[in-house]
Amino acid sequence: MKLKTTMLMAASAIAAAPAVVAQEMADSMTLVSWGGAYQQSQVNAYSDPYQANNAGLEIVWDSSSNEAVAKLRAMSEAGNITWDLVDVVAADAMRLCDEGLAMEIDADEDLAAAPDGTSASDDFGDLLVSDCFIPQIVYSTTFGYRTDVAEWNGKEPDDICDIFDLETFPGQRSLEKRPINNLEWALYCDGVAMDDIYDVLETEEGQDRALAKLDTIKDSVVWWSAGADTPQLLADGEVVIGSTYNGRLFSVIVEQKQPVAMLWDAQVFDLDGWIIPAGLPEDRLARVMDFVKFATDTQRLADQAKYISYGPARASSAPLVGKHAELGIEMAPHMPTDPANSKNSILYNFDFWADYRDDLDAKFQAWLAQ
Amino acid sequence: MALPTYATTGQKIWHYSYLTLCGLIFFFLIAPIIVIIPLSFNAEDFFTFTPKMLALDPEGYSLKHYRDFFTNPNWQQALVNSVKIAPVATLLSVSLGTLAAVGLSQSHVPFRRAIMAVLISPMIVPLIISAAGMYFFYSRIGLQGTYFGVVLAHAVLGVPFVIITVTATLVGFDRSLTRAAANMGADPVTTFFRVQMPLILPGVISGGLFAFITSFDEVVVVLFVGSAGQKTLPWQMFTGLREQISPTILAVATLLVVISICLLTVVELLRRRSERLRGMSPT
Amino acid sequence: MTETTQDGPMLAADGTPLKKSLRRALRAQKLRALGLIAPLLIFVLISFVAPIVDMLFRSVENQIVSDTLPRTVVALRDWDGEGGEAPGDEIFKALTYDFIVAAERKEHTRLGSRLNYEMTGISSLFRKSGRRVDDIGEDYLDQFKDLNDAWEEPATWVAMMASEGWVADQVAWSEARAAAKSADQDFETPEPAFALRPGVAKALPETADIYSAFARTIQTQDEDSPTEEEPWNPVYMALFNDLASNPDAASAFSGDVAALLSEAAAAVGNFETISPKDAFLDADEDWGDPMVWSTIKAFAPSYTSGYFLSAVDLQLTASGVQPQDEDQQIYMLLFKRTLFMSLMIMFSCILLGYPIAFLLSNLPMRQSSLLLILVLLPFWTSLLVRTSSWKVLLQQQGVINDILVWIGLVADDNRLVMINNQFGTIVAMTHILLPFMILPLYSVMKTIPPSYVRAAKSLGATDWTAFWRVYFPQSVPGIGAGCILVFILAIGYYITPELVGGTTGTFISNRIAYHISSSLNWGLAAALGTILLAVVLILYWVYDRIVGIDNVSLG
Repeated sequence: MKLKTTMLMAASAIAAAPAVVAQEMADSMTLVSWGGAYQQSQVNAYSDPYQANNAGLEIVWDSSSNEAVAKLRAMSEAGNITWDLVDVVAADAMRLCDEGLAMEIDADEDLAAAPDGTSASDDFGDLLVSDCFIPQIVYSTTFGYRTDVAEWNGKEPDDICDIFDLETFPGQRSLEKRPINNLEWALYCDGVAMDDIYDVLETEEGQDRALAKLDTIKDSVVWWSAGADTPQLLADGEVVIGSTYNGRLFSVIVEQKQPVAMLWDAQVFDLDGWIIPAGLPEDRLARVMDFVKFATDTQRLADQAKYISYGPARASSAPLVGKHAELGIEMAPHMPTDPANSKNSILYNFDFWADYRDDLDAKFQAWLAQ
Repeated sequence: MALPTYATTGQKIWHYSYLTLCGLIFFFLIAPIIVIIPLSFNAEDFFTFTPKMLALDPEGYSLKHYRDFFTNPNWQQALVNSVKIAPVATLLSVSLGTLAAVGLSQSHVPFRRAIMAVLISPMIVPLIISAAGMYFFYSRIGLQGTYFGVVLAHAVLGVPFVIITVTATLVGFDRSLTRAAANMGADPVTTFFRVQMPLILPGVISGGLFAFITSFDEVVVVLFVGSAGQKTLPWQMFTGLREQISPTILAVATLLVVISICLLTVVELLRRRSERLRGMSPT
Repeated sequence: MTETTQDGPMLAADGTPLKKSLRRALRAQKLRALGLIAPLLIFVLISFVAPIVDMLFRSVENQIVSDTLPRTVVALRDWDGEGGEAPGDEIFKALTYDFIVAAERKEHTRLGSRLNYEMTGISSLFRKSGRRVDDIGEDYLDQFKDLNDAWEEPATWVAMMASEGWVADQVAWSEARAAAKSADQDFETPEPAFALRPGVAKALPETADIYSAFARTIQTQDEDSPTEEEPWNPVYMALFNDLASNPDAASAFSGDVAALLSEAAAAVGNFETISPKDAFLDADEDWGDPMVWSTIKAFAPSYTSGYFLSAVDLQLTASGVQPQDEDQQIYMLLFKRTLFMSLMIMFSCILLGYPIAFLLSNLPMRQSSLLLILVLLPFWTSLLVRTSSWKVLLQQQGVINDILVWIGLVADDNRLVMINNQFGTIVAMTHILLPFMILPLYSVMKTIPPSYVRAAKSLGATDWTAFWRVYFPQSVPGIGAGCILVFILAIGYYITPELVGGTTGTFISNRIAYHISSSLNWGLAAALGTILLAVVLILYWVYDRIVGIDNVSLG
């Protein structure tokens, strides 16, 4: 079935190829991303150079990625798609793909090959977790902690399970207001082996066990829902330790020079990338395909790492990662994928979360409200 | 509210503690607005009073957030959008609202209560419900994410304010003036613009100001009904609070407070003028 | 002037009876008034009332189940769920057909999410099964293929199932397409919609049903043609079932197809049979759970009370309405919390607003209008800004805690937690809503003549008695107006609790927003919204009764 679809797609792509070249391209494009420094890095690395090559193109940025699934569903229900390209995390991409809200792509046909000729599908490799998903970056969710907490008596957390240790490390923590990652950490710190986490989480007992572990610190947790929350809370001293995306912590520590340090232990890797909404008119689709091909090539992905500490999703981009555009420091040691940082890390299980997200979300939200 | 000269000590204590209490409540009202002003000059990118600021060290202060506001294209675009949306929405709600208020103030209006209830409802219905309803409905008719859609939504939210203020002015309106004008041969349109309008103008303007500020400060509905192309100042501020840490929003807020003070002064002056016109001198 | 006779009716200048003339004038006046109001009324009805009514309908709409699983829903009508057993093969067969169509159209995950709102676990069940459903019937395909390779050919199926008219149209269409391609032109016309041969539905009912679903799905979904695609595996299961129950089916056909079919009909008796139930149970054993089935059955109708029941912590099951599981009961808690916090905010507003309004109404105009600006300034300052400055003030390392530590009231390592909880929400919202209390109070107090209090005092009342027995009762209407206004506005607040409320200080509105943008449970969001709206409208009605809406004053 799979093979057949691929072959058919390839065949139709070949048939359609001459048409695409002749196609008129729309002269405006709406890109959706997460706002903040991340979106800025995309503007610098992707859209500014692209606009330089395409005079007269208007690019509108919308920072609605955290409501992307809801908005795309409403748009498709109304038959009025106003977005052209949407930056989402891999789990959202899988969901949109499953519901037919995102367009399936053919990596080798639609994306640029690496400079050495490696095909796009090999260059991205395992990171192409869904037929609709065009990966951009590898990021991780990890912890930052304040380095000046008096009550810790000079100790600093170096183990993920220190989060659950209110005796040695008292103070407020911040965790994300959703089950993903929190349940994994809870089980790991409740003694489940790294490899068994998802097997345990599949069972009702395992889910209750994870929530019971989280119960032990529930009263000391501030729940965050926006990426800016934990950095602000850490900078204000409102929390002493908190989870967030590693790029946000990089900016707090290196750019803002706050007394905060990274805890890389048991960081959870995740992917972020583009999806193209299904059902775009042809001229807009042609424009988006052209942009995507440009914006996800080897050089562009490596360029993005100059502005933010997320790892490029292409294997061929890694050697090109250089220094920070303003600070001039080497970016490689700040990447989540750096060997020193990824000694102990959790591999986010996309298939598990695609299947169980609704179930666990309902459970977690009910637990939270109790 | 001066204390009589014969007040007892007990009365004096009571009087001054009452005034202190009022002072504290006024402080409660104003403190959150005062506190943002120094923070907007923060040299760092967080909403915190840094030790340098507390020590009044000039290095702790900077104008960089103001500079950011005036140079950052996102903020400038948001400002432009707000300026494009709010006046049009205000115009729409003021023109339709004033007409309707004049209609409602006639002596015989069938279903007056029900009509009034419908017209005031945008102020009463929880914003999240209005926003969600408009989101789904406007999507269906192709207005979601358009300039026109946001203008319509904001105009509706401003309507109750116009209705309330204009009907309030019309309550004190002497109807014999319009009759006199009609008697002297003026047609209804002339009567409205030459006689009625100048007298209710203060009400119309203050209703318009309320409608304007509603649109200018509205975030829930525009988040749902708008799209990136209609990103207004409050939307940008909301994003600023949630997605990126930037005291630029405090700089914007400070500017808005200054504008508010100016607008409030205008309203106050208008009110005095209206009272003078109606022959009621301030006491 | 009109000439009147003693016994006739009074006449107007033009000779019509005065009564009639007056009535006409009155009608004209009414019409003019309505004419002035109409534009705004229509505008509000279309752009505000219609959207809300439209959204409220979502709270009962439930077509998704019967649209996605039409055959299963029909088959389930006779299943009563008694005996605590999952249904038999007949219903699983219907499920197979529905599921393959839904999976190919990418609708099953959405239905899974929908039903997951009612029973946790269905979403993962549907997703897993969607990946496996195409395997069901593969064994039949192999057996038909072993019998005759022609069964694998799309052309065989087209010859058997398609109407002659469609075949002719399809040929014409593909010729036109080939011509356009060789001329290098765009060809946008889709293939003509598949049409079933007359009589097939009678001879091979299941096959006809599922094959036409197959043909239309690949036409619309993948822009493929049934002439080029071999059918899904479950189609072979349908053919087997049809031939087993109607061995004489071949008689409805002629030519090669008839021969093929009679050959197959003779052989199916020896086919190895597969149970669709076992196949589903193999994909996920939860299909054996009768709860799953009673959930599907309970939510089969196109309109449901399920969302409203969920909104009050009840659930709809096949055996009637039951309370929600203990650990899922959160909405009544949230409604109670919303009411409690709105009341707290309302009382704080009275406590803080009354002295201020009293002061304002007793000061000379010039001073009071200056102080009034202090009241209105927060009212005119961006809501977001006021909320975030409360964050700065209230947080543990914030201004208030710093001051308390500096004074020595609070130990440095024991700072007060005043934000991300109910306290934070109540303080910030009291601040935000205080002007809505002060303004109506002020406008009422201004009308209370000071002479009454003076009279009371001159009759020997103490200050307190004069205030409490004479002044206060006259200010009660202002308190009533302010309370209802503050309460109405508080109960629907969203932004402030979202930013300062943490988990314990959030309102039902935050839950509505969560269901709209995160969990995508729009039906439940609409049901919660309807309940909230009903509460607000009742209060609004009460307000109108007591105060009158046109008496709202904005300073």
